[in-house]
Amino acid sequence: MTKDECKQVVLDIIADIAPDEDLSNVKPEVRLRDQLQLDSMDFLDIVMELRKRHGIEVPEKEYQQLASLDSCAEYLTPKFDALAGKN
Amino acid sequence: MKLSRIVITGVGLTAPNGNSLAQFRANLLAGVAGIQRREIRYMGSQLAGVCDYDALKHQKKKEVRVGTRAGSISIYCAREALADSGLKWEAVAKDRVGIYIGCTEHGNVETENEIYNISKFNYDTKFWSHYHNPRTVANNPAGEASLNLGVTGPAYTIGAACAAGNMGLIHATQMLRLGEVDLAICGGVSESIHTFGIFAGFKSQNALATHEDPRKASRPFDKARNGIVISEGGALYTLERLEDAHARGAKIYGEIGGYHVNSDASDYVLPNPTRQAECVRAAISRAGLVARDIHIVNTHATATPLGDIQECEAIRAVFGEGCPDTFINNTKGYIGHCMGAAGALELAGNLPSFDDLVVHPTINVDDLDPLCALPGLVLNQPRAVARVDTILNNSFGMLGINSTLIVKRFVP
Repeated sequence: MTKDECKQVVLDIIADIAPDEDLSNVKPEVRLRDQLQLDSMDFLDIVMELRKRHGIEVPEKEYQQLASLDSCAEYLTPKFDALAGKN
Repeated sequence: MKLSRIVITGVGLTAPNGNSLAQFRANLLAGVAGIQRREIRYMGSQLAGVCDYDALKHQKKKEVRVGTRAGSISIYCAREALADSGLKWEAVAKDRVGIYIGCTEHGNVETENEIYNISKFNYDTKFWSHYHNPRTVANNPAGEASLNLGVTGPAYTIGAACAAGNMGLIHATQMLRLGEVDLAICGGVSESIHTFGIFAGFKSQNALATHEDPRKASRPFDKARNGIVISEGGALYTLERLEDAHARGAKIYGEIGGYHVNSDASDYVLPNPTRQAECVRAAISRAGLVARDIHIVNTHATATPLGDIQECEAIRAVFGEGCPDTFINNTKGYIGHCMGAAGALELAGNLPSFDDLVVHPTINVDDLDPLCALPGLVLNQPRAVARVDTILNNSFGMLGINSTLIVKRFVP
């Protein structure tokens, strides 16, 4: 999986959990909470949907890795690749 | 102690046959029922009263996603009632507003949904939603309304089975009279069609209606009635002390005349006509009236074979033959049983009678059960009457809770 593909996975999840938000101009380097109406429950939604849809676990101490699209891609892409390798 | 006069100044509702009081009333007078078939999890096609209000009129998509159906119905009804009241909401002191919402049950829907959800993941509870608790706390519907409206006064639900809709108004009246709040948003809501458990429970009790024509399925007082049609819906009112309503020149739908709440203390599910009659008599007495002063009696009857007969026994005991100006109707033939919303919705459907002097009929009575025959029963066709100064609304619930509310024509 490329990092751009990984960012799209996260954006697809955000589109479902924050359906009122315009996601066409999300800046990948800026914290998601600084540009979108997302609260702590929404971040738990992102964690839950990564688990449900993709089988990816994000331990609580690593939640900060989901702060921006860039950090999501850095953190999640190896996890996706590891899962793909397993399969 | 002289009690403050409490008046109804706004109505917001959604029913299976209407999303405003005007639409609801028009359908009650035209005999239009709103029952349809609906797929119920594990049970297949069942009869249900389904509302089609526009949730996004007053909520963001995210609020709808995160919240509950009962919360959404509460928000819709509260916002519609406030708009109807003419209150300048921006100027209202939000800490002096109370929200009191009656519910038959709450939490079944979300709990069933989550169990179904984790069944897809081998019942691993790490897939259980973090929203489960805020969605299932008993105050959820009122709490969601407080969030949406920015109300910082007391906002909670009142659990009173199917007597709950009346209880919302009764409790609001009490809180206004105590000076706890200056404006109350009150009534009842139901999301019960979204829980299979309510359907399955009534079916196991042999109390779930069946009929090939959904519109004919809910038939209180008819010989062929065979049970309840479960429905969702809501009706919330704005209640104010008369002096406050007057000060702002509010439109007044009616005045709270009297009420009573009591308990059967006799059975989990079987009604008790003696206690029901006591409840009705006590409400009439509190209103300073006698039985013949009541012009409309809206019955609770849910179309179960026994329950209808028992309520008719209670009504007969109170009103008998000496009440020539008392007319009796029932609303469930149109909308099924809206559970916690029933009392509040059924009252709303009758309020316009103060103005149009027409009593909406009980529909679907093709063959009146003689055991349900009552003087003044209005069947199948609306009835124009000489006077409507008082409406008495019955709502009864499981575990033997009875509520009667009387609304009077407003006379300054």
